[in-house]
Amino acid sequence: MARLLARDPFGGLLPLSWGQVTAMAVDPGPVTLIAPYRASVGETRDRLRAELALDWPDPGRATGSGEAALLSVGPGRALLVGVPAPDLPGAAVIDQSDGVAVVAVSGADARAVLARLVPLDLDPVAFGEGSVAATLVGHMTATLWARGEALRIVGMRSMARSLVHELERAARNVAAREAMRNR
Amino acid sequence: MRLGGRHDGREVRVRFDGRRLRAREGEPLAATLIANRIRVVGRSFKYHRPRGIFTAGSEEPNALVTVGTGAARVPNVRATVQEVYDGLEATSQNAWPSVQRDLLAVNDLLWPMLGAGFYYKTFMWPRAFWEKVYEPAIRRAAGLGALSGEVDGEVCEKAFAFCDLLVIGAGPAGLMAARVAARAGARVILADEDRDMGGRCLSETWEIGGLPGHLWAAGVVDELAAMSNVTLMPRTTVTGAYDQGTYGALERVALHRPAAPDLPRECFWRIVARRAILCAGALERPVAFPGNDRPGVMTASAVRSYVTRWGVAPGRAVTLFTATDDGWRTARDLAAAGVRIAGVADARFDAPESGDFPVWRGGRVTGTAGRTGLTSIEIVHEGGTLRQRTDCLAVSGGWNPSVHLTCHMGARPVWAPEALCFVPAEGGVPGLSVAGAARGVFSTRGCLEDGAARAREALEALGLACGAVEVPGAEDDPCRVAPLWHVPGKGRAWLDLQNDVTVKDIALAARENFRSVEHMKRYTTQGMAPDQGKTSNVAALAVLAELTGRTIPETGTTTFRPPFVPVSIAAMGAGGEGRGFAPERLAPSHEAAEARGAPMIEAGLWYRPSHFPAPGETGWQEACDREVRMVRQAVGVTDVSTLGKIEVSGPDAGAFLDHVYTGTFSTLKPGRVRYGLMLREDGFVMDDGTAACLGPGRYLITTTTAAAGQVMRHLDYVAQVLRPDLDVVSASVTEHWAQFAVAGPTARTLLGALLDGPPELAFMGTAEVSVAGVAGRLFRISFSGEEGYEIAVPARFGDALWRQLVALAEGLGGGPYGIEALNVLRIEKGFLTHAEIDGRATAQDLGMEGMLSGAKDFVGRAAAQRPGLTDPERPRLVGLRPVIAGEPLVAGAYLFDVGEVPKRETALGHVSSACHSATLGMALGLGFLRNGAERLGERVIAVDHMRHVMTLCDVTRPCAYDPGGGRMRG
Repeated sequence: MARLLARDPFGGLLPLSWGQVTAMAVDPGPVTLIAPYRASVGETRDRLRAELALDWPDPGRATGSGEAALLSVGPGRALLVGVPAPDLPGAAVIDQSDGVAVVAVSGADARAVLARLVPLDLDPVAFGEGSVAATLVGHMTATLWARGEALRIVGMRSMARSLVHELERAARNVAAREAMRNR
Repeated sequence: MRLGGRHDGREVRVRFDGRRLRAREGEPLAATLIANRIRVVGRSFKYHRPRGIFTAGSEEPNALVTVGTGAARVPNVRATVQEVYDGLEATSQNAWPSVQRDLLAVNDLLWPMLGAGFYYKTFMWPRAFWEKVYEPAIRRAAGLGALSGEVDGEVCEKAFAFCDLLVIGAGPAGLMAARVAARAGARVILADEDRDMGGRCLSETWEIGGLPGHLWAAGVVDELAAMSNVTLMPRTTVTGAYDQGTYGALERVALHRPAAPDLPRECFWRIVARRAILCAGALERPVAFPGNDRPGVMTASAVRSYVTRWGVAPGRAVTLFTATDDGWRTARDLAAAGVRIAGVADARFDAPESGDFPVWRGGRVTGTAGRTGLTSIEIVHEGGTLRQRTDCLAVSGGWNPSVHLTCHMGARPVWAPEALCFVPAEGGVPGLSVAGAARGVFSTRGCLEDGAARAREALEALGLACGAVEVPGAEDDPCRVAPLWHVPGKGRAWLDLQNDVTVKDIALAARENFRSVEHMKRYTTQGMAPDQGKTSNVAALAVLAELTGRTIPETGTTTFRPPFVPVSIAAMGAGGEGRGFAPERLAPSHEAAEARGAPMIEAGLWYRPSHFPAPGETGWQEACDREVRMVRQAVGVTDVSTLGKIEVSGPDAGAFLDHVYTGTFSTLKPGRVRYGLMLREDGFVMDDGTAACLGPGRYLITTTTAAAGQVMRHLDYVAQVLRPDLDVVSASVTEHWAQFAVAGPTARTLLGALLDGPPELAFMGTAEVSVAGVAGRLFRISFSGEEGYEIAVPARFGDALWRQLVALAEGLGGGPYGIEALNVLRIEKGFLTHAEIDGRATAQDLGMEGMLSGAKDFVGRAAAQRPGLTDPERPRLVGLRPVIAGEPLVAGAYLFDVGEVPKRETALGHVSSACHSATLGMALGLGFLRNGAERLGERVIAVDHMRHVMTLCDVTRPCAYDPGGGRMRG
């Protein structure tokens, strides 16, 4: 029987650019939720450090600057992004690779566009490199992650299309304002 | 008539009531109308009296116009706020056939009958006329402007902003505060309602730091604009103060331009500030006197704004009626601009003399003339009485600090007797301080100092160092005001121009014992119009105080609530129009289903296909019947990815599930699946679903689509609050897995063609499988009553798997089926959905009391034993079939005994689900019936009172097809 073809969560809608902002689909690689059982918190953290050179992140932060990163996404749980999870018998290790749709928003107006959708202070002094927040993007829950030049939105696969539409609407409005100002 | 003026704008053309007018781009429409000598701009609310422009700001009570035409037209726009652009079209309101000749002006002749509370005392007879005649007529006549009633397609937006310091108002106080804070490195947002920043600097002729005030302001704005830690927000009104430093603000983004694609008209902001300073200034208070509502009567500061800033003269022979020193600026500034002053009536006896124009000391205006525009006024003064010809009367009674925002969290303002105004109470809004005229500091130098001082305090609270601050020199004259609230005399004296409330109305309210200011407000409607009484509140309560023999502080004031100015719902709801109202959750097979023309149904936020139409079919019922037969006779495939899927794991996972389910799951072996019931803490059923054991200490539970979020929250609550002793982790995997049901007699054949090595699975079993090399899971469970499976793969392969499954199914004489057929199949089997588990049903009602374990505790166990939940009289689940073939059964119908009058008191239950059963060839339903278990074989009548459908039904067991379950157990 025939092979199964994989589809990208954005169904080909991305990348898109409007004015001074670009939205690009990000293939995050393997994404795994890691939640240590209470009895094995220390052991799990040690293993992660040993196998992946990653420290357990503080609330609101991500650790790891290379291929792998650990994002704090709630009390006692973190999302491992970029590499497969190592063997962690003392933790819940739950595959979320296909549950997420990740988009990177970049450009001079990236923060202005996200200001239309995200009720958080995204100024670099408040949300700098390595910041993570579980928040809203429009009406959708998502995780926001500041990494490098872009702000990454880790959203839900089923709402990927809605996410693109919300970004597009906000970006068009910001671009139209700019055009009016420059006229 | 155009004077010099400070505003510079290219000439543009606008239309008002169809008339083409020349205008200067960017000036308020009010200035254009004044320049073109259009004096009557609207008709008053109740009496339809001709009205003209009264102020130069957003507090304008009279000049409300409709801007635009067609679907996007906007009513009740203040002409003093609307900036003109080339092609602007505006029309007057509340008049027919025209604002010049309004037939409803007959109301003015009836004024003695239309005073405060008239609708409580009149229009009473005949009684039947109230609902049919009087009320509709009054409703039609009420209101000012009208919406178009069509979808306007205009775009608005919403946004969030954050800062260390929010400065509200960019007059002298606000500019100083913003500059001090910005130079100290704070993140500052400076918001002002106007298109230009500067507040009164823009309209007055005083100097700051040796510069004309408006140039000083422009210099500060330039400095702030160049600083990266400053955000300037002109055309932005802060509308409300909310909790924890959150402020609502309305920005008029593009109302001063013609519409353009994607350009939002307005933006509603939520600004979160660690500290804020209110520098909103003050609003001038007029004096009420007989005939004070004629076109041409304006506030003195407004006259100065039109002359000095906009370069238009509101009259050719201007008179001034003042009780303040400040009012005299009008005379000086107008004279300097070349506008003739016909005289000044100063209510005070120590007013100065002037060589250029008559001064009437102790002067009060006691009457006016000129219906469509002021022609003369009557003055009583220390030397006698006279009549003076004039076409514009500037009135100055004092200043009311704009304290509104400080009261938004319940505080009331405090009366300051020396300044004759209300000032903010301390600490009304945590984190908000007040500077300048907004707290009763009226001299320019005072405002500059005050702004700087509040900024220093805010910086200290923010932990930022502040260097030396120099406050520029400016006038520091005391602002003398004499108390003059109204001038008694013959004829009506208006207080609230927008709601047509006069001094006589206040007097009537007091006479009828509505003496509290709260009662006076509601009885007279003073202060209840869109302008929220900005030019009348203080005068009205001063009049009430006088008439009831109390002081102003004793009388008190009503409170203020957001928004400070009217906010369009389009701005507050921006992004929520049409499909923007909610996110769309799409299942993995969505694109393929849409391509086959399947109409979609919303289940929560998910979209699910209703049915898959085949060529030639005339409607959904036909397709549904075919799909049901297809599943029962061959094989059907449907997308069940939308159901909630939660992985529960950990050393205590089994014990945790034993606590949330009514049954036992800790004994479930790996590879096995069990049906479970979950109760709420109050003992009612929350959800039903299945739990599969994937391995030791690892489970996968399912929930109904719409309850997934609720169940997830419930599990978190149980783990954190009820059983924190358990070491368990719950996480949603709904999105990660694409899952499809394969059901029917040839389901196994299909799976054999699909899988690499299909397992032999017993009913209620689960196993890992490989689908063309992709790791997936197989469950043998059935919601259709046929041999059924669910196959899950990671969601990126969902679309591909769906297409393969449909192709294989069609090869076996089957195909895809939608949720209509899904529903019929399960009703035929008596299986439950949230139509039965509607939040009011207990396990006993559903016939599932046997699932409540007696051996262990679980959530809801104790509450489920309460007498109200175990009452044998409670309606119980039954099946229903029409006795007469072909009769319909309607969900929602109530059940009654045969021969009983079908009313609320005799209802015995209701129909929860109904369908046409293609398998049995008749209508079929499930419902709840009192004593249902004992009444099998009896008859009841199902009555739908709304659709007028009555059906005689047999009461049966819930399962109508294959009651033994042999078809699904294999």
